[in-house]
Amino acid sequence: MPREAQSVLSYHRVVLAGMTALAVSAALPVSAQETVKLGLVAAMSGQSAKSGEAIVRGLSLAIDEVNAKGGVLGKKLELLVRDDESNPAKGVVAARELVQREKVAAFFGGLDTPVSLAIVPFTNQSKVPFMGVWAAGTAITQNGAADNYVFRVSAVDDLVDVALVDYAAKKYAAKKPGMILINNPWGESNEKGLKAALEAKKIGYAGIEKFETNDVDVVPQLTRLKQAGTDVLFLVANVAPSSQVVKSLDRMGWNVPIVSHWGPAGGRFTELAGPSAAKVQFIQTFSFSGNPNPKAAQIFAALKNKYPEIKSLADVTPAVGIANAYDAAHLVALAIAKAGSTDGTKIRDAFYAIDKYDGLIKTYSKPFTVKNHDALTAEDYIFTYFKGDEILPLTN
Amino acid sequence: MLLISAIASGLALGSMYGLIALGYHVTYVVSNTVNFAQGSSVMLGAVLGYTFAVRLGWPVPVAAAMALALCAGFGLVIERILVRPFAERDSNAWLMATVAGGIVLDNVVLFTFGKEPRGFPSLLAQKPIQIFGAGIFPLQLVIPAVGLSIALALHVALRRTRQGKALLAVVQNRDAARLMGINVRRAIAFSFALSTALAGLAGILIAPLFSVHSDMGTLFGIKAFAVAILGGITSASGVILAGLIYGLTEALVTAFFGSVYTQIVVFTVVILALAALPNGLFGRAAVSKV
Repeated sequence: MPREAQSVLSYHRVVLAGMTALAVSAALPVSAQETVKLGLVAAMSGQSAKSGEAIVRGLSLAIDEVNAKGGVLGKKLELLVRDDESNPAKGVVAARELVQREKVAAFFGGLDTPVSLAIVPFTNQSKVPFMGVWAAGTAITQNGAADNYVFRVSAVDDLVDVALVDYAAKKYAAKKPGMILINNPWGESNEKGLKAALEAKKIGYAGIEKFETNDVDVVPQLTRLKQAGTDVLFLVANVAPSSQVVKSLDRMGWNVPIVSHWGPAGGRFTELAGPSAAKVQFIQTFSFSGNPNPKAAQIFAALKNKYPEIKSLADVTPAVGIANAYDAAHLVALAIAKAGSTDGTKIRDAFYAIDKYDGLIKTYSKPFTVKNHDALTAEDYIFTYFKGDEILPLTN
Repeated sequence: MLLISAIASGLALGSMYGLIALGYHVTYVVSNTVNFAQGSSVMLGAVLGYTFAVRLGWPVPVAAAMALALCAGFGLVIERILVRPFAERDSNAWLMATVAGGIVLDNVVLFTFGKEPRGFPSLLAQKPIQIFGAGIFPLQLVIPAVGLSIALALHVALRRTRQGKALLAVVQNRDAARLMGINVRRAIAFSFALSTALAGLAGILIAPLFSVHSDMGTLFGIKAFAVAILGGITSASGVILAGLIYGLTEALVTAFFGSVYTQIVVFTVVILALAALPNGLFGRAAVSKV
């Protein structure tokens, strides 16, 4: 390269760098003064991208509402979204960036239990509250830290298992339930939970079978459970493997009640599993359909207004991501307002001081205590089923 | 009933593994190379079949034919840019290159086809028929039938047709074949096209029993490679038989011992079989002439 051209190039570079530096220094103090930043670390790409989208919608709606009423501490709330690609290492990097560089007052988590578990030690160390809105792993909030900054508005695996057992016992008088569980840490944690819940109710079980995400045929496992006298089937798996279980049951012609964790809600279950998809009764924390709370209709209208691509209830499945995120964002805003500051420890303590919040999922009273960092309890779960593309609550 | 349904499941899956493994066999005997993107070719067949038949609403035979033709084309591309440049320089880098090619394809499909698994409905996988008290989808009988006929057709075609004989000549002695006026490069390219088309066919056949998504082929590709090695990769009928044995073992172990033991037992059996018969169950020892 001729020398002149080179010097011209480097001159441009210097100017550019200078301008960038100016812009950054100009932008930083202004935004720091004007907004209270909240972060989100969730899967925005990959297989679970839909869950991240739902969380963003729920958070944004709540933040809009808070901002319309003047925000908190006299400032507007601002949401910063980071993609963890369902990868724990990337989740931790994103959390670090949000806390250390962006100085968020608090941040939210996504669908993947392993990602949230990886973030927990960091959040407790840096003393910035982390609010889970989807991942159900019990150890996320019950993490054993003396100084716990992790809260959650979502289902908790241990409580889900209790609810599954209660439901099977009440509705089907289950005496010998069988378990068909995905062969990964999520299946493992629910195996423990289900066993404990069954023992507490003095109910035995017919058997425990595992299967892989890419298993085509689950007939052998199910046949074993059938021969052992299974009267109710507990299912824990994501949407695609769950549909393999349903198809295998169809082939066997075995009409057993299926009581499931919320995996089937995560995708096109009816398309994958065929007409028998409707037989699967699965747990949710929230459903817009058949919801008597007037707030549900009001929020669904607001969603349609803000996101024109939402046309029917089938476009907001599963609604749990939206509803959990919506209530969680309001609870965080309340805590920051109560704390009177964006200091992490003060916000954490303010969570305990929240007395009542009339939310979308329920009316929360004293949702958090020093001992309990989970705002939802087993009584808040509902059982639902797929009718076509829509998730409907079961009324019984 | 447990036995019957396990046998039916095992035969259907086993003949699928056999079809994919046949693809490993074909390229290996012709060119001494293997396409490790076979798993992705399974996925490609299913994704293209789904796109043509379900999204575009083409009649299934047309959709399947088109999907297979494109799969064969994918095989040609793999051979031309991921295998030939390395193999002709006596480098083994085609091994990594084909693995990488498969990963690239998986991710391209993830972006274009979408992240959600989709259902591929088929009339052959809706109403189960009863055989000795076990429910079986008609498709589960079609898959072994197709698998065995393809293996048989391949066997006949290799011995009866001009192209088949040319391929066998290349297998026996590449230099002599070249001197006899056989286009060796074309024969190798053809073997890759055939191999990916077989994988694609397996993908289309299994799709209605499974779901269509970008990483559906990975595990099939790995299991089929184990099958190919188990069968002795040099023997076509051995590979098909090994597929059936593998599928049956998998299903029977799951049925009688439980799913926790499936992978442990099956792969232990593979290792033991190879320890006893290093050239696979039906393979011949490669004679290296000095």
